[in-house]
Amino acid sequence: MGLKGKLHEIKQKYKGKKMAPAFNALHTFLYSPDETTHSGSHIRVVDDLKRTMNTVIMALIPVLLFSMFNTGYQHFSAINGFPENFSLMEHFLTWDNFWIGIIKVLPLVVVSYGVGLGVEFLFAVIKGHEVEEGYLVTGMLVPLIVPIDTPLWMLTVAVVFGVVIGKEVFGGTGMNILNPALTIRAFLFFAYPTWMSGDKVWVYDAVNLAGTPDAISGETILGSMAQGKEFSYSVSDMFFGFVPGSVGETSAFLILLGGLFLIFSKIASWRIMVSAVIGSLVMGLMFNQVVELGWITETSKFHGLMDFDFWKHLIVGGLAFGIVYMATDPVTGAQTNKGKWIYGFLIGFLSVMIRVFNPAYPEGVFLAILLMNVFAPTIDHYVIQGNVKRRMKRMKNATIVPKDSGQKAEELKVETV
Amino acid sequence: MSKDISIKKGLNINLVGAAEQTTSIAVLSNVYVINLDDFHGLVPKMLVKQGAEVKVGEVLFYNKNKTDMLFVSPVGGELIEIQRGARRRILTLKILADKKQETLEHTILDFANAGAQEIKAYLLKGGCWPFIKQRPYDIIADPTIAPKAIFISGLATAPLAADIDYVLQGKEKELQAAVSALGKLTPGKVHISVGSSSSSPLAGLNEIELHKILGPHPAGLVGTQINKIDPINKGEVVWTIAPQDLIVIGELLLTGKFNPERIVALVGSSVKVPKYYKTKIGAEISTFLYASGVNTENFRVINGDVLTGAKSSQDGCLGFYNNTVTAIPEGDDYEFFGWAKPVFNKISATRAMTFSWLRPKKKYDLTTNANGEHRAFVVTGQYEKVFPMDIFPMQLLKACMVKDLDEMEQLGLYEVAPEDFSLTEFVCISKQPHQQIIREGLDLLQKEIG
Repeated sequence: MGLKGKLHEIKQKYKGKKMAPAFNALHTFLYSPDETTHSGSHIRVVDDLKRTMNTVIMALIPVLLFSMFNTGYQHFSAINGFPENFSLMEHFLTWDNFWIGIIKVLPLVVVSYGVGLGVEFLFAVIKGHEVEEGYLVTGMLVPLIVPIDTPLWMLTVAVVFGVVIGKEVFGGTGMNILNPALTIRAFLFFAYPTWMSGDKVWVYDAVNLAGTPDAISGETILGSMAQGKEFSYSVSDMFFGFVPGSVGETSAFLILLGGLFLIFSKIASWRIMVSAVIGSLVMGLMFNQVVELGWITETSKFHGLMDFDFWKHLIVGGLAFGIVYMATDPVTGAQTNKGKWIYGFLIGFLSVMIRVFNPAYPEGVFLAILLMNVFAPTIDHYVIQGNVKRRMKRMKNATIVPKDSGQKAEELKVETV
Repeated sequence: MSKDISIKKGLNINLVGAAEQTTSIAVLSNVYVINLDDFHGLVPKMLVKQGAEVKVGEVLFYNKNKTDMLFVSPVGGELIEIQRGARRRILTLKILADKKQETLEHTILDFANAGAQEIKAYLLKGGCWPFIKQRPYDIIADPTIAPKAIFISGLATAPLAADIDYVLQGKEKELQAAVSALGKLTPGKVHISVGSSSSSPLAGLNEIELHKILGPHPAGLVGTQINKIDPINKGEVVWTIAPQDLIVIGELLLTGKFNPERIVALVGSSVKVPKYYKTKIGAEISTFLYASGVNTENFRVINGDVLTGAKSSQDGCLGFYNNTVTAIPEGDDYEFFGWAKPVFNKISATRAMTFSWLRPKKKYDLTTNANGEHRAFVVTGQYEKVFPMDIFPMQLLKACMVKDLDEMEQLGLYEVAPEDFSLTEFVCISKQPHQQIIREGLDLLQKEIG
């Protein structure tokens, strides 16, 4: 008897026992289950939640690999200065850079998955339901949206908070109101504000070296702009992602590829992505116009960010990452097609607005998405009301045939046995 | 004049094992079974005792709540078993066929000049009333309520479903009689839909409103057509009848006899020679299943098509409403990393390492494997792509799950039957039992609002 048969025996043995969900989670990971259809349609499509989640993870892998190199690149560049005549192979895709990625990024991934899945398994065993796959994507998103120098204990606390309060208290995968990954990010931001903002956490070792003669700075572009400082990154640096920032947010190029892959595979909603891009461009254009019309002076603290070319908002900071991977979360986003347009547009619009108006929160995108998560059911409600109203109107105009009040059908005399 | 309706949203599922267009006469069945599950929500009251002799068309039982609604025997013989379940609920009736096969004859009704009440009484008495179903609730029609219209779908788009044009061949007279008589029972129209390029016998009928339907499944489901032609409002009732049942109704009107004969498509990848068989309602499936042969041991027999049919077995019998019997392999096996590896031999509604989109014309051999476990609703937007009605499918399902009567009404539960959710159930990534959810919702709505 092979592995398949043995696992089947164990499954039968533990059926209904307390640890069954934990075993089943591992079993169904190895083998897709032997479950057949019981009611309704006798055949089903091959897609399941594991495959869906796996597709999103696949779209995140290039971003993760890039971030591992970029971590090292930013670290060494901050110490030695950015290389002149930058060459991808010589300065970026090097083992030295990758090694920094391994010792800094990988632990974030391990902690995120280890702690998050631990909590999921615990809840599954306690509540006796199967381990659902939602955390597979969340676990990958979390390390990519935190600053590189986030201490692992902070991440642990945040992940426990995010999974329990953000998801499990609502009933687990599919029931949550807020995006769990963003809940974790928001918890980090508001619980440890001095650590999480500022110019030290974005580049590895900047914190340790602060105050020493070797001190390095790792200001993000948005951080510099909010303070009215100059920055020296070119547009192509920003687009391809050779800039400091949260672990995985920097490369707009790879995020774009990931987004196209998700749209092609029909996993993520193109409506949300497109409308969010439109929304951010519209807001950016409006700010550009304000500057152009001379409504604010150069001394204004908003001037730097308002003057920033509208389309560049998409390639700096976490906006692109948020639009592609976070706004498209189907559980917390709008669920109707029309609603998705409105929801996405407002995310883009508000992200740029928060970014410009509140220099303390240069990363407006996560706040914008969380805010719209809360409003998504309201948006859907009004979209659905449109359908309901149409139905009500139709009913009003209909002439309803009354019940047969005339003679009854010929009574048949029947006897029971 | 026909009106064209074009359906855009939907999905045609191409499966191996479509029936070849030849008809054999099935071996006569020894026993015939009436399965009471075919009549949803019915409370039967027996009129004959176990051991009684009945003729073809003789009454077996009636509807306790509508005592003039009679159910008749499809065969002459002895009622040998009344199988009962919990609380003595009747599950099945088994009749042992005799050699004589005497048929109960009714005096022929001059339906051309008869009034609505006479026609109604005649159909009730003749045992043909149960063929008429109503919406809302997808149950046997209430004879006391006149429908605003009658809908008949002459187009089968479900996977491997019997070709209606083929099974209706040569039955123009019966069909015309049936629609003429039924037309008198409604102040509205009799809407008949056929495929856009079909040579259906239905297309030539008089006293009907003909519609030509174009598009993928579920274009052939009557619910889709109602929604496009004349949607149901709260308080309204429409009737739906399957075209093959019109023949039985027509024959009763023309000859005064109940003739349960019908042409059934035996389909599916487990059948060696899929083709059509002439048999009777309630006949044993084995009488024709083994004539065509099966090519596997472990398969599932389905009374109906793969999306809406009822699970049966090799020893099962043809259902009251079915004109398709499907046999497909059971999929009760594990698959190594089935969720991660690229898939070429199964149908997918996405392109997530699944490649059925590359070859839309390819015929697939699908099993009954659910391809995953039951989960909460997560992905959105997938149902809308295959659901052509002006209804929010996921929101309606959720309203049914939380038993919110107001919302069920507002979102259009009156307009749907479980079968309308068969395709959304097929594409569901969370493997939710859509048809069951809708059925329970309809039952609740009927109980609370009536």
